[in-house]
Amino acid sequence: MATLVETPSPVSSEPVTRRRRSRLVWRNTVAGWSFILPNFIGFAVLTMVPVAVLFYIAFTKWNVFRHNATWIGTDNFVQLWNDSIFWTAFWNTVYYTAFHIPLTLVAALGLALLLNRRLRGVAFFRTAAFFPYITSIVALTYVWNLLFSPEYGPINEFLRFIGIDNPPGWTTSASWSMPAVLIVGTWREMGYYMLLYLAGLQTIPTQLYEAATVDGASAWQRFWHVTVPGLRHTTFLVTVLLTIGSFKVFDLTLLLTQGGPGQSTLVLSHYIYQKGFEQTNFGYASAVSVVLFVICFGITIVQYRINRRGNA
Amino acid sequence: MTLSTIAPTQPASGRGVVRRALLYTGLGAAAAALLLPFYWMVVSSLKRSNDVFTIPIHWWPKTIVWQNYLAIWQKADMTTWLRNTLLLSVIVTILQVLTGSFAAYGFSKVRFPGRDFLFICYIGTIAVPWQSYMIPQFILMSQLGLTNTLWSIVALQAFGAFGVFLMKQFYETIPEELSEAARIDGLSEYGIWRRIMLPLSMPAIASLSLLTFVTTWNDYLGPLVYLRDPEIQTIQLGLRRFIDAYNAEYALIMTGSVLSVLPIALVFMLGQRYFIEGVATTGLKG
Repeated sequence: MATLVETPSPVSSEPVTRRRRSRLVWRNTVAGWSFILPNFIGFAVLTMVPVAVLFYIAFTKWNVFRHNATWIGTDNFVQLWNDSIFWTAFWNTVYYTAFHIPLTLVAALGLALLLNRRLRGVAFFRTAAFFPYITSIVALTYVWNLLFSPEYGPINEFLRFIGIDNPPGWTTSASWSMPAVLIVGTWREMGYYMLLYLAGLQTIPTQLYEAATVDGASAWQRFWHVTVPGLRHTTFLVTVLLTIGSFKVFDLTLLLTQGGPGQSTLVLSHYIYQKGFEQTNFGYASAVSVVLFVICFGITIVQYRINRRGNA
Repeated sequence: MTLSTIAPTQPASGRGVVRRALLYTGLGAAAAALLLPFYWMVVSSLKRSNDVFTIPIHWWPKTIVWQNYLAIWQKADMTTWLRNTLLLSVIVTILQVLTGSFAAYGFSKVRFPGRDFLFICYIGTIAVPWQSYMIPQFILMSQLGLTNTLWSIVALQAFGAFGVFLMKQFYETIPEELSEAARIDGLSEYGIWRRIMLPLSMPAIASLSLLTFVTTWNDYLGPLVYLRDPEIQTIQLGLRRFIDAYNAEYALIMTGSVLSVLPIALVFMLGQRYFIEGVATTGLKG
């Protein structure tokens, strides 16, 4: 039985060996594809094809009743440029992202540092921190909405108790709805990123800390000169995931505030949903989708470039 | 996974005790903030709707009202929702684990031209949010006649790149010599996957199964887009419609929420090790 993944021998000038090798490559290709195919068919049909088709539909006007598309060039994008609601959704998404990334990153790192030690009950705390991430967002947003309710909600009751006479209206106020979304978003996701950070902390050799302590480094210096550089890779991954996660935010705002009050928490994904599924304007919704796609994909590539430069 | 300590073990000096006390206070505060919403949810589900909002807050119901847990089954179609959700979660998990681990074997143990490029295509889609291609995907699904059937959710969730990625990460930690030896003994590639990789990767399969199960159980957007008829609703969609219909029945909605979270809480308690390892695996190497 010939080995399938045998490294080809360096002396392969004879035609017989070459033929045998090309047969090996052929057999490996068939075997490899047979493994990948069951997943790949689903993946290609349901992800790759839609992504490709997206770039076509965005340049069309889609007729829902006749199920066909008329090519209209860049009309959708021109309209988008002059669409004030689109810009509102765009800036709201940027607003969410700009705060959600640093807040979650700092909270996750803080929790990870706190929990990365031998203390009684640490396992329980880790579980507690991760739990919101795997709980139904429908139930969570409903609970938070009641917690936030301006008149009788526990949060404002607490704020009044500590002497704040005029607590915010949270999800009922156009200027406080986004902070409310940010609080729930950070609360929900920090446990997940904490786990990534905990795994990252494990990869930092203890000797580095010992050496730094011997050299007289303070706890703060150890943090900046050992922990932070040691977590560089994890921080990169966390930032990439958080960026994509923030730009695509949807179910959180849809369930917590329905994009309101007014359009104060309307985000890009929600706008795609409104245009596409509520107004069945598939062409225009696809144009908005292209914007979301380009932002997420573009930023990820830029982040990879920066990271690679940092590694060199 | 051993989460060892950063702090070198010091003798319990006076300063050490103070530090320890501060740490526990910090941990306690963090845990309270994290878990308070859950506590409030459970307690409210045991109150009457009128007693959910009181000033000052009652942190414990004056009289415990168990009726909510009976009433919810009559007022809402919980049985249908739970049955559909369970069915979907199980089917999706089986498909994802099978196709994912199969594909991961192809990506990590068989060498053929174009393999790495294909894998980059898989990984690349992690940077592409579903929200950005849900419109063309919906058009496609409706042309395949899958919209408004439970199959749409199966199709949506079962072939993700995530499972392939997680399993591949794990397979790469299994030494090549093992499959090499099996090949010499005459096992086919499929035999190696079945007899060696599958048994060895049980921890990774547990992680992937639990994460997939929970994701499918909790998914709201997929069902929102694809499922219209009442008899094919999932728990998340059903609960949301119930909230819209009875928005003042605070206690009853809390009961529904508790019931929708409970199975996940159980699954999580039983398999938390695998959850944590699964997340950590995807984080390493990135």
